[in-house]
Amino acid sequence: MTRRKSITALAATTALAATLAACGGDGEQQASADQAIDDPQSVSGTVTWWDTSDATNEAPAFKDLIAKFEKQYPKIDVEYVNVPFDGADDKFKTAAQAGDGAPDVMRADVGWTPTFAALGYLQPLDGTPAMDSADDYLDTPMASNHYEGKTYGVPEVTDTLSLLYNKEHFAKAGIDGPPETWDELKDAATKLEKEISGTDGIFLTADSYFLLPFVYGEGGDYADVEGKKITIDSPEVASAIETVEELSADGVGTIDTSANKYTNMQNAFKSGKASMILNGPWAVSDILSGAAFKDEDNLGIATVPAGPEGQGGPVGGHNLVVYAGSPDLAASYLFVKFLNSSESQAHVAAENNTLPTRASVYDMPKVAKNEIIAAFQEPLEGAVPRPAAPGAGDLYDTFTPFYEQIMGGQASIQDGLSEAQQKAKGAIPGFES
Amino acid sequence: MTTLTTRPDAGAAPAPVPPRRRVRNPFHTNWLRKHWYAWAMVTPVVAVLGVLVLYPLGRGIFLSLTNANEMNVGRTIGENEIEPTYDFVGLSNYIDVLSGAEGTFYSRLIWTLEWTVACVSLHFGLGLGLALLLNRALRMRGIYRMLLILPWAVPPFVAAFGWRLILNDKGGVLNAVLQGMGFNGVGWLSEPLAAKFAVIMVNVWLGVPFMMVALLGGLQTVPKELYEAAEMDGASAWQRFRAVTLPGLRPVSGTVILLGTIWTFNQFPVIALLTGGGPGGATNILVTEAYERAFQGIRDYAGAATYGAIIASMLVVFASLYRRWLERQTTGALA
Repeated sequence: MTRRKSITALAATTALAATLAACGGDGEQQASADQAIDDPQSVSGTVTWWDTSDATNEAPAFKDLIAKFEKQYPKIDVEYVNVPFDGADDKFKTAAQAGDGAPDVMRADVGWTPTFAALGYLQPLDGTPAMDSADDYLDTPMASNHYEGKTYGVPEVTDTLSLLYNKEHFAKAGIDGPPETWDELKDAATKLEKEISGTDGIFLTADSYFLLPFVYGEGGDYADVEGKKITIDSPEVASAIETVEELSADGVGTIDTSANKYTNMQNAFKSGKASMILNGPWAVSDILSGAAFKDEDNLGIATVPAGPEGQGGPVGGHNLVVYAGSPDLAASYLFVKFLNSSESQAHVAAENNTLPTRASVYDMPKVAKNEIIAAFQEPLEGAVPRPAAPGAGDLYDTFTPFYEQIMGGQASIQDGLSEAQQKAKGAIPGFES
Repeated sequence: MTTLTTRPDAGAAPAPVPPRRRVRNPFHTNWLRKHWYAWAMVTPVVAVLGVLVLYPLGRGIFLSLTNANEMNVGRTIGENEIEPTYDFVGLSNYIDVLSGAEGTFYSRLIWTLEWTVACVSLHFGLGLGLALLLNRALRMRGIYRMLLILPWAVPPFVAAFGWRLILNDKGGVLNAVLQGMGFNGVGWLSEPLAAKFAVIMVNVWLGVPFMMVALLGGLQTVPKELYEAAEMDGASAWQRFRAVTLPGLRPVSGTVILLGTIWTFNQFPVIALLTGGGPGGATNILVTEAYERAFQGIRDYAGAATYGAIIASMLVVFASLYRRWLERQTTGALA
């Protein structure tokens, strides 16, 4: 009898607890935001952070910050996980959808953020400590965090593709400064190949993201947000590829279409076997570890050359976002706030030569005297924002195999582009293809 | 209706009534009582198969008949509950794929078949050759055998990454060797034909040891007396091989070829990790294509499920035809 009674009692309590938990709802979310604002020191929990930065060259700066954060909030534990950038979106989506194993805080590429938000995986940050002094953020990097009237992240770093060149090679070949148009670049590359034996004038990678500067030069893009259309098969993209074909011809430069293309490009440039590449600030730490750049001053950084209709690289970068299913929201907000404070951003920028997203950070002495950040300043000002539609960030992966086919000579430009256009059907919900 | 009323009249067989009753209710009484033990024993297996095989299979087939994708399936994230909004679309996914409207299916299928035939025949041929070499008294046979098995001990994941470095166009070991010998380097991972050759080569390297070990085991079961008798009859080495070794191996080789075909048809890691399906999708087989649909961009669950169902049904058809052919062969050989 007593046993049965206690079981009934247990069942009743469980049911009650379940009802209470179910009633929590929005109230609880509000409560964790309030707690984080009113009494941050009382917040406890574990924050798992998926960082996608370079594990050897960039991660140490973030680990420093975590140590400081844990000192400031002794009740919060941070679990740092470095996830390789390639495929991190996939891992996050799998974990987020399963509701198990997703991190509390994630470093999400600007192209992924609207997609994650549209899928309902992200926690809106409006009115939480994570939005601390949000007015200070640069407009373009911040823009990728807005989706349907809410803010789903804060920009951690920003970047753009720029022209990186080997100054010593330029001097040897008698070239005065970085080329300003694609035609000038072709002349420079031809000279470089002739004057410096064993080098490629320019090393390109057959990745559709790295094609964007050429496409912007023609005044095009892969998606037209206003017209709600995917525009991979537009004439602008076709002429962009023609320019790439000229630049990758024998005696000018080369293009890699293999699975190792990015690493091969980096290695060629680092070792002085290529004189020019297109890459962003995230690659600088790695490049400076190469034999050709023992002297940091040898690295030249310039805005990508102009095409007939425009100039600029794509705005890239990463945001800090919070998983909507996180059991430790309050701690996550505080962590994001700390990680993205002006001091933290200045520390990361100075250590990693990456571009901060807060206007005030550029004036801080550590950052202001960093020549690499200063050199990226000009490319960044002319950079072109990417379409902030969910799914638009996935167009690059869809298009790249077809771009490889075209550059590998297995498909004509027209065929390759129209097949890519066909394949991209439905990539951005509500867009025509 | 009428049967009920006429039944009492038709009571011509009163004697067997009790046994008939028992037969009528087999599931409720005697049968279950008699075999409850057997049922209890198979329940765990049935449950595991149901959870691991039948449910996913049914779910996959169901998804392939809808337009489900990552945007419209139901999910619960923290406190946001999102209702599923996908629709049943009948066979239209299959029609899109099989009619060729969607573009890549038939080219992928042809390459998948080429890949499977090339890999399995090389696996079998080389595996049999090595097994024959090892199936004789040989000094340090154990060491040879161990060395030959080594590739199999390397996980495909690790092997694929290792080969990716070896085959790299610039700075890869293989091209360095070729250039050292005065040849031009080959774009192993960047030219479609070379990339196809490269993935087949790596998969053969990975798969031969299994065939070799399995066939070596098979060779050792062929009775020595048969060889002696054949020799007495004056059979040449080739005749002994054809008339004794091959038929004797048939039970083993039939099974390993079937397994090898299914594995190779679905050999995901080598292709996904070595070339990523590239360059330009040239080395994508059907499973890697299905994977791309499932995990690239906004996930297309319906499209991936359609590919999965088509791949599974092709393999089922192949396996049953092959089994039937094999049975006929073995009975023929014995008779």
